[in-house]
Amino acid sequence: MNEAASNLSDSLQTVNDIASRLADKPGALLPILHATQAALGFIPAEVVPRIAELLNLSRAEVHGVISFYHFFRSSPSGKHVVQICRAESCRATGGLVLERHARESLKIEFNQTTPDGQITLTPVFCLGNCACSPSVRVGDAIYSHMDPEKFDQLLDQLAKSPVDVK
Amino acid sequence: MTTAVTKIFVPRDTTACSLGADRVAAAFKRLIEERELPLELVRNGSRGLYWLEPLVEFESDRGRVAFGPVAPEQLDDFLAARPWENLSEGTHEISHPLYLGPTEEIPFLKHQQRLSFCRVGITDPLSLADYRSHGGLAGLEKALGMSRQQIVDAVKQSGLRGRGGAAFPTGIKWQTVLDTDAQTKYIVCNADEGDSGTYSDRMMMESDPFCLIEGMIIAGLAVGADMGYIYLREEYPLAREVLVSAIDVAYETGILGSSVNGSGRHFDLELRLAAGAYICGEETSLLESLEGKRGEVRPKPPLPAIEGLFGEPTVVNNVITLASVPVILADGAEQYQSYGAGRSRGTLPFQLAGNIKQAGLVEIAFGATLNGLLHDFGGGTRSGRPMKAVQVGGPLGAYLPREQWDTPLDYEAFAAIEAMLGHGGVVAFDDTVDMSQQARFAMEFCAIESCGKCTPCRIGSVRGVEVIDRIVAGDRPHENITLLEELCDTMIAGSLCAMGGMTPFPVKSALRHFAADFTAAQSR
Repeated sequence: MNEAASNLSDSLQTVNDIASRLADKPGALLPILHATQAALGFIPAEVVPRIAELLNLSRAEVHGVISFYHFFRSSPSGKHVVQICRAESCRATGGLVLERHARESLKIEFNQTTPDGQITLTPVFCLGNCACSPSVRVGDAIYSHMDPEKFDQLLDQLAKSPVDVK
Repeated sequence: MTTAVTKIFVPRDTTACSLGADRVAAAFKRLIEERELPLELVRNGSRGLYWLEPLVEFESDRGRVAFGPVAPEQLDDFLAARPWENLSEGTHEISHPLYLGPTEEIPFLKHQQRLSFCRVGITDPLSLADYRSHGGLAGLEKALGMSRQQIVDAVKQSGLRGRGGAAFPTGIKWQTVLDTDAQTKYIVCNADEGDSGTYSDRMMMESDPFCLIEGMIIAGLAVGADMGYIYLREEYPLAREVLVSAIDVAYETGILGSSVNGSGRHFDLELRLAAGAYICGEETSLLESLEGKRGEVRPKPPLPAIEGLFGEPTVVNNVITLASVPVILADGAEQYQSYGAGRSRGTLPFQLAGNIKQAGLVEIAFGATLNGLLHDFGGGTRSGRPMKAVQVGGPLGAYLPREQWDTPLDYEAFAAIEAMLGHGGVVAFDDTVDMSQQARFAMEFCAIESCGKCTPCRIGSVRGVEVIDRIVAGDRPHENITLLEELCDTMIAGSLCAMGGMTPFPVKSALRHFAADFTAAQSR
């Protein structure tokens, strides 16, 4: 068995385990998708038919749900997902400068990953940290009063850290 | 000689932690262990005085006293000064530069009326003993001795209206669900707090989660529902962690489960995670999402109170609405109702955000003015520049110019100026803001977050961005402004829900009050 096939069978096994735990819940699809993404980092297209089969849904329905929600991803992210808040409170406190700086210094647009696979930049609309805007989130950590200088320091710190703080 | 143990409080709250509260707590923990200091570290919630976070408090015979902001960079100096010694009244004046005095005497806090937030920042959020000793569960105990109708009547009498933004009378909603004869009913807590500039739900869930749980159980008792769901946004990782622990504690201690507080009544509660769609804060979209579907809006009727989650009668209430119920039951509807103005009864936790010097949570009775919030509490802009515009009520709320800042903070007074209080978010902007770009952003946000079900919202928002770009570029501005106004009216009249129906409010208000920003590029 080649590596890709073994990865696929691992992924399917993971999804089977998750589904056997969660499928009996009413409205189980979102909990299953969350658990799948938490385990695999994204929701591979190959597992969609299996999720559909386990929940007695069509593949189109499962795909439709995955594509509806910003949080679910169908391809792997970079090592770190850096979320920049674009909402009003952050715009009122220098968020536009921060956004531009992030895109220019990383040389990517929102929802893209740096070529070295380190950083995926995503927009977010409010982290509930509006008393200390602008806000950035990496993993489960929220950062306050972000500006270009602090953003660069954060990137340096991420370059040295193996994984996000969970 | 034994020394009494002094409690020291270091908040565990998203914003406090973003400013270094975890590092402060870790340093205290280390110090206490290494030097065997007579201190006990408590991770309380936040008082909501965010410009002073990390706010460190010590117990003393003059009550709790505060120091802040204790930034991690200043921590070594702070610890070296041993500020927890000699806090007793009368011994001497405390001269530490970060000393703020007794916490409750800080004007920002002293001038509030904290009813729903009465424990927030005071207690350890996961200590049930703390919760009980600060009035927790008193509402539930009363409710257990009342009939369903009596509970619903109390909520009606209190005048409580939906704090998520729509301000629908909570008691009427509960009555509708109570009056159905379904076997299965649900309580759904809308914890998808997506409005920019709002964070009161997050604070409640992180700092007093048992209060929300108690409110949901009371709602269940009132309408005859034995299952509840909290639909929490994914963007709140700490709130999630705290809620998971709080629900566990509530089950372990028999507050949730087959015999609520030993009463023989049944209530189960499950936390469900959203997935980053703003529209899922709309109640019917939220229900679709809970059912495992795309979060597309349902046409109303049927109301969720008649046909809600899985087709069953469902109470859908915001976090603060539900968390206001325990105090209403505990202290009586008349007490709650005695606060407020006009038809807006009780209090609203306002959240100061954006470009504001003293940002934080201000729970006050309805009826004060926006100016009071912005200046007496907020202290003006953080940048020190003149304040130009204020958006109240989230991304669908109107932008208010200075002339409207003396509007009383009540639902009807705001509706009269085509604005809304919504969920109580107040975002201040200084004079560097370009209001044409704020209007454009309102349309852009709607285009990104529209569920796609109805055309005015899905297409109108995209066209809105284009028309604003043309106006700003000087392309037939007069004609295009008329077009934009007509587009706004179509969206207001033709959209299925508040997303498309209210996106025009920030746009129209920006256009009406800050017209010069739309034509500035051409006049230069």
